[in-house]
Amino acid sequence: MMHTWHFSEMAYHPAWAHLNESYRVIIPSRLYDPKIGADLYHRYLDEWALCDELGINIMTNEHHATATCADSVCTIPMAILARETKKVRLLALGMPIANRENPLRVAEEYSMLDVISRGRIEMGFVKGVPFEISPANSNPADLMERFWEAHDLILKAMTSHDGPFSWEGTHFQYRSVNIWPRPYQQPHPPVWMPVGSQGSAREAAARGITIGTLNTGWAATPGIFNAYRETAAQCGREMTPHHLAYMALIGVGRTREEGWRRADQILDYSRTSGVVSPQFANPPGYVPPAMAATAIKGATTARATRLQTRDGKPINPRTVGVEDAISAGLVFAGTPDDVWDQLKSFYDHVGGFGHLLMMGQGGHISHEDTVDNLTLFSKEVLPRLAELG
Amino acid sequence: MERIDIGEISLEAHIAGRGPPLLFLHGLDYFAQHQPFLDRLAGQFRVIAPRHPGFGNTARPPWMRTVGDIAYLYLDLIDRLALDDVLLVGASFGGWVAMELAVRSGARLSGLVLVDTLGLKFGGRDDVEIADIYALPADEVVRRTFADPAKAPDYDAMGDAEVEEVARDREAAVLYGWRPFMHNPSLRHWLHRIKVPALVIWGERDRIVAPSYGAHLTQRLQNARFVPIANTGHYPQVEQPEAVAAAIEGFGQEITR
Repeated sequence: MMHTWHFSEMAYHPAWAHLNESYRVIIPSRLYDPKIGADLYHRYLDEWALCDELGINIMTNEHHATATCADSVCTIPMAILARETKKVRLLALGMPIANRENPLRVAEEYSMLDVISRGRIEMGFVKGVPFEISPANSNPADLMERFWEAHDLILKAMTSHDGPFSWEGTHFQYRSVNIWPRPYQQPHPPVWMPVGSQGSAREAAARGITIGTLNTGWAATPGIFNAYRETAAQCGREMTPHHLAYMALIGVGRTREEGWRRADQILDYSRTSGVVSPQFANPPGYVPPAMAATAIKGATTARATRLQTRDGKPINPRTVGVEDAISAGLVFAGTPDDVWDQLKSFYDHVGGFGHLLMMGQGGHISHEDTVDNLTLFSKEVLPRLAELG
Repeated sequence: MERIDIGEISLEAHIAGRGPPLLFLHGLDYFAQHQPFLDRLAGQFRVIAPRHPGFGNTARPPWMRTVGDIAYLYLDLIDRLALDDVLLVGASFGGWVAMELAVRSGARLSGLVLVDTLGLKFGGRDDVEIADIYALPADEVVRRTFADPAKAPDYDAMGDAEVEEVARDREAAVLYGWRPFMHNPSLRHWLHRIKVPALVIWGERDRIVAPSYGAHLTQRLQNARFVPIANTGHYPQVEQPEAVAAAIEGFGQEITR
C-alpha cells in the first residue's frame, strides 16, 4: 500500500514580510528572532511527533541561508524524532552530499540515527537546488561528479565491517575509512534522491534508488516516472511502486472551503520558495551549457516554467491559486473525498507510485490547522490508500 | 580557428599574422570580442590564441582541473610549435595562467604582459580583492566589467550556438577558479621566478579587480612597469583595443632592442 510522509520546511515565515527580491542567500539574519524561532522549531517538532500517533511517516529536508526553510541540518530534527517517536519511518530528503565536505560524517550521522531509531531511517542524498551553491561555496561545475563519489563512499563505508579501507578518489581522500556505529538496517538504510528531470530519474533507476519527485506536477511527472521504469527494466532491476514518490501540498478540511483555505496557506511555500536573485538560480555549470544558455539570454531563471494546468495553461508558482494548483497536480485539497479523488486521478495519470510525500505544513498555516489537517488526513484519507499500489 | 594536438588534447586556436611569436591567453568568457585587438596585434606579431581546455571548442580531459595543468599544456604548446622569444600576454583569468606558466619556465619567453590579471591574493582573509561575479546581479557585473556598459556583449542578439559557447566558457572558468576564488594562494610566493621583463596593463575603471591590485603586483615583479588605460574596465583590450595593442607593441620593441 501507499506510504504517506508529512513534510515541513520549518519555515521562518515571520521574516517574509520584510523580504522582496530574494528570500534566500543574501538575507540578513537580523531578521531572524531566535525567541520566535525556538517556538517555531518546537511547534514543527510537535507536529511531526503527532505523526507517530497518526500513522504518518516523517520527512525532513534542509536548505541554507533562507527564511523559507529554517531546517539547515536535516539530521537534527531527525535526531530528536528518532527518540521521540517509536513507530513511523524517518526520511531525510535530504543530505546535500556534493556540498558537504565530509561524506564519512554523513555516513556516521545516518548510521547513528538508524541505530537510535532501531532501523527506521531512510537516507536521502540530494543534489541541492542551485541557490545552495553559494552558501556551501561548492563548485557547481563538477557537482554531480562529487555527488556520485560521495554516494559511493558513504555506502561503502556503511557496508564495510572488516576494519579500515582506503579511498583515494578525485574529490575525497581517506586512508583509513572505518565508521562506527554500523547501521541497524542491513545492508544499509534505503536510499532516496529527489529528481526533477528524466535524466536524473534514469541515473537513480540504474542504481535502484527511490526517487522523490517534488511538485513536478501533472505535465512533467509521467515522463519522469516512465523514464525510471524504462531504465529499471533495461538494467534488469526489479522495481516496485515504492521506488517512486510524489510530493504534493495537501489541505484537508471538514468542508471544501476549509480544505482549500488550508491549501492556500500552505501554498505560500510555493509562492516563496523560488524567490531568489537570478544570479543564484543559475550558477555556471549547474546545468548543461545548452540549458544554461537560455538563462544567459534571458538573464533570468528558466526554471519552473514547465508547470501547467491539465488544459496546458502555464502556472506561475509565485502567484498560483488553489484551483489552478489542483489542476496542475501541485495540490490535493478539499474534503477527504475531494483529496482522495484528486490523488487517485493523479495516481492513475502517472501510472502509480508508492509514496505520497505530503506537505501538510507550509507557509502561514497555524499549528491548530496543521494538526487538524494531519488528523483528518490520517482518519479519512489514509485508510483508503490501501486501495492503491 | 585552427587545431593543434598536444597529447590527448585538441586545442582550438586562433593563429594569425607574421613576426615574433605572441601567445595570447584569454579571460573568462566571450572570446569573439577580442577580434579587433587580435587583428591589430597580427600586424606586428605571429599571434597564437588558444582556447583553454573546457572553453570554446577545446574539450577538457576529466583529469585537467587546475590552472597549473593549463600552464604545463602551454609549455608543451611552445615546445610543439618550436617557439622562441615568445611574448606571453594573459588577460584576466588568462593572466593567471600566464603567471603559472612563467614561474614554471621562462626559458622560451621574451616578456610577459598581464592585463587586469587574476590569480593572486595579497590581502587578508577578510579582504575581497576579486569581485564575486557569481554572486552579483548580471547588470552589476556588466557595470563593474566595462567602463562603457554599451561595449558589453549583447547575449540576447547572439545565436544559440554562440551563447552556448559563453555558457561553456563560464562553466570552465568556474571549474578552475571556484575555490580558492580565482587565485592560487601560493603563486605570489613564486613571482620572483619571473625574470623576463613584464608589463602590467590595467583598466583604470576595473571594478572586478582594482588597479591597486595591479600596482601591487607590479612592485612584486623584478622588472615590471604599470600602464593604466583610461576609460576602460576589466577588459581594456576590448574597450580600447588600439591603446592596449600599442602599449604591447611598444613593449615588444623595447625588450627586443
